[in-house]
Amino acid sequence: MSARVQTAPFDPAAELAGFGAGAGAIVTFTGLVRDDTGAMAALEIEHYPGMTERALSDYGAEAAGRFDLTDWRIVHRHGRLAVGEPIMMVATAARHRQAAFQAADYLMDWLKSRAPFWKREIGQDGIARWVDAKAGDEAALSRW
Amino acid sequence: MTLDVLYFAWLRERIGQPRERIDTDAATVRDLIADLAARDDWHAAAFADLAAVRCAVDQQLADLDAPLSGAREVAFFPPMTGG
Repeated sequence: MSARVQTAPFDPAAELAGFGAGAGAIVTFTGLVRDDTGAMAALEIEHYPGMTERALSDYGAEAAGRFDLTDWRIVHRHGRLAVGEPIMMVATAARHRQAAFQAADYLMDWLKSRAPFWKREIGQDGIARWVDAKAGDEAALSRW
Repeated sequence: MTLDVLYFAWLRERIGQPRERIDTDAATVRDLIADLAARDDWHAAAFADLAAVRCAVDQQLADLDAPLSGAREVAFFPPMTGG
């Protein structure tokens, strides 16, 4: 049960070593830097040191209680990321698959709209553009 | 009271600094915004559209009508885009 914020890349497979021992189901989600326009050079992620760690731990603990998780892990990067690199991952472990799937979905919805990260796309032309929040991400929270 | 006020993303860029320490009598976040927006054109521009501004009081998300009594740190930022 841990939340981590870091600039360094991480290996999603390595994160699962020893994770969720004894569980009946493990679900993982990994978000990657995507280039929809073909004109992106990098993604920069700013965060709120202190609050970020606290928020991720709080949301993880909340999900653990709500879905009876036996283990959970959140890793989220900040700083400059190249296209194709992992941005973040969520792993959830529970006795049964439904709880593990739901908890991962729940955590992603919260991280999208309630964890203090801000993405900025850096174009190949050097111009930076803040990524707007999506109305759908905010609306997704009402499912819970 | 003395508050540390932090800015992130485009609010930080518009204001031109990541944080400042201010003395204020503001009772709520909204009062604090009014104080800040009156400081200069950069602050006014950052707070021109409050629908685009979110805030945290002592590192907990709060709404604009949240009270500031006992607060030490207030942060302003656009809607979050994590994940």
